[in-house]
Amino acid sequence: MTEAAKKLPRIVIQEKLCKGCSICVDFCPTNVLEMRGPVVAVKNLEACTRCQLCDLRCPDFAIQVFD
Amino acid sequence: MAEKKKLFMQGNEACAEGALYAGCRFYAGYPITPSTEIAEYLSRTLPRVGGKFIQMEDEIASISAIAGASLAGLKSMTATSGPGFSLKQEGLGYACMAEIPCVIVDVMRGGPSTGYPTGPSQSDVMQAKWGTHGDHPVIAVTPAYVQEILHETVRAFNLSEKYRTPVLILFDEIVGHMREPVMLPEEGELEVIDREKPTCPPEEYLPYDAGYEIPPLAAFGEGYRFHVTGLNHKDDGFPTNDPEMIQEGIKRIIRKIDNNKEDIWKNEEHYIDGAEVVVFAYGSTARSAKYAVRELRKKGVKAGLLRALTLWPFPDEALKDACQKARAVVVPELNLGQIVYEVERLVDCHVEGIYRVDGEPINPMQIMEAMEKYS
Amino acid sequence: MSTAAAVKKPKISVPFDYSKYLRKGKLPHIWCPGCGHGIVLKSLLRAIEKSGLSKDDICMVSGIGCSSRTPGYVDFNTLHTLHGRALSYATGVKLAKPEMKVIVVTGDGDALAIGGNHFIHTCRRNIDMTILVYSNAIYGMTGGQFSPTTPSGSYSTTSRYGNIEPVFDCCELAKASGATFVARGTAYHVQELERIILESLKHKGTSVVEILDSCPVYYGRLNKMKSASQMMELIEKNGTVSVKQVDKLPPEKVQGKLLRGILHKEDRPEYCEEYQKLIDRVSGK
Repeated sequence: MTEAAKKLPRIVIQEKLCKGCSICVDFCPTNVLEMRGPVVAVKNLEACTRCQLCDLRCPDFAIQVFD
Repeated sequence: MAEKKKLFMQGNEACAEGALYAGCRFYAGYPITPSTEIAEYLSRTLPRVGGKFIQMEDEIASISAIAGASLAGLKSMTATSGPGFSLKQEGLGYACMAEIPCVIVDVMRGGPSTGYPTGPSQSDVMQAKWGTHGDHPVIAVTPAYVQEILHETVRAFNLSEKYRTPVLILFDEIVGHMREPVMLPEEGELEVIDREKPTCPPEEYLPYDAGYEIPPLAAFGEGYRFHVTGLNHKDDGFPTNDPEMIQEGIKRIIRKIDNNKEDIWKNEEHYIDGAEVVVFAYGSTARSAKYAVRELRKKGVKAGLLRALTLWPFPDEALKDACQKARAVVVPELNLGQIVYEVERLVDCHVEGIYRVDGEPINPMQIMEAMEKYS
Repeated sequence: MSTAAAVKKPKISVPFDYSKYLRKGKLPHIWCPGCGHGIVLKSLLRAIEKSGLSKDDICMVSGIGCSSRTPGYVDFNTLHTLHGRALSYATGVKLAKPEMKVIVVTGDGDALAIGGNHFIHTCRRNIDMTILVYSNAIYGMTGGQFSPTTPSGSYSTTSRYGNIEPVFDCCELAKASGATFVARGTAYHVQELERIILESLKHKGTSVVEILDSCPVYYGRLNKMKSASQMMELIEKNGTVSVKQVDKLPPEKVQGKLLRGILHKEDRPEYCEEYQKLIDRVSGK
């Protein structure tokens, strides 16, 4: 494993913008996210591969993944 | 000074010449009788001066295209006739709402519907005022002579640029197709007005700034990245649901015309001082009216003519003044009575309409007969 | 829905900064939860970044409908016009200022129903503009009526017994009308969509990109689709096949599916350039 992979990413969720559609949760390839009430939340950060699909498919500019 | 260029030309061609003189550099249109010669003329002449002519797929596309071109900074025009004018109403409303300068010519023909394409009419004068939905400002000019069409087209562009609003030119098949001698104005002879542009930095620009009576208009692509919508909007151009802003926005676009009626109005008077019987006329009908008044004066009848070159906003003041001593006002129209209601609203004396929708002009005899009754 | 096979090595380490292209203070946008329009917008903004176009040089024009609200959010020269008429306003802007990049954002009803005539004639002229047709098979703004792309048999508030009308194929229509770049993408295949839009922006001539996206609130609810994700899966992921794969797949896996990718590209004289040639030929005469 490389150093970069060991370091955990930072997933920033803007709860004010999240409309709770759950697209990011349903299509996350490694099940990092879950719905917590009306908005998305991180449940398993360790599994995140930084693929950015949650950001790319979020219709609401509400989620981003930083290194 | 070089001798002026005198040409024998058609009303529609004079309209096109007027547009070129005023600086029109974009025309979009769709062929329709009896206005088509305007498009034909400009399709030849616009590219020669670096302007653009495009024949669109319909009348709606045409008025939409000229609004787009105007926002990109070019003075723009379209021309049509009755059925096409009906189609253009939604685009006319958009241009009123978004305050986009542009000129729309309606060479009126018989209607309703396809009606009488080669017959003259004045039956779009109320459509001009009320055709598009919602409360909106209207400026409409009504020339009656070929030379005048040229001058009034220049004036229409000037009013449009000055007041940031669409301006209508209404004339009819008679003057549209009539040929008369026309003196082409020299450069600088007629006033040409260009829209006011913002001088503030782009980040401060408000395209609908209520602090101005007529807010300056930037052109797309010049660094002012503003938003335009047909929705009720705030001074920054973005939509609003705020009741106060909605109402104030609509009132402002109407107020900018109402407050400047003196500047927009234009009338011609003949023997109006002390006239006991007045004829109120516009467009080609006024030609017969002028003849009738001259003949009646020869007979000793105190007849006078008030002719509107600006029909909308309606010349309230001039009409009231003209009718101070009048026993009656005669209103000849190539429709079944439209402007006559405006006249009735304003004067205390008797009002008589003379109407005709058979595709023939109203002749001077008809007007004389009506006026003589009140002498 | 997630599969281990889908996991790829991270390609992007820094998220894209959309704020550069968004007008301040306009979010959240008006689109419903799960609506694909926001996803498409983001793909468009990434494509614009890659294209190198400057904000001052872009004019975004739209008509009426959900998709047509896009211009309000982006920091370009923006024009939100009348239902169906976006292409006509855009034609005016482009011909008046050919140096501008005109992007039209429209929907299936806006472009193909009320604006159908303008659509085919814009394609015919091959005037340089990128037309993005957000196709969600419904009139969302008015509450879920069927559109020219609503599949036969499906339900809407005006086809309560199932839609008896056949659909328009937006891409075939564009191609037949003369558009010189025709492509289809989906809101599910986001990176592919970004690439397609970038190619459409680079193309000189009329580019039409039909983008399948979902209206879970109106179309989804009436057609028994439980969620936005399920719709994306059914319509966008499973309902389409990439043009790159189509020849390799057995016919049963292709049948009834829409093709994704660049479907048509040709070089043909562009309208504004032809008009300039005309001006050069006749000016001063």
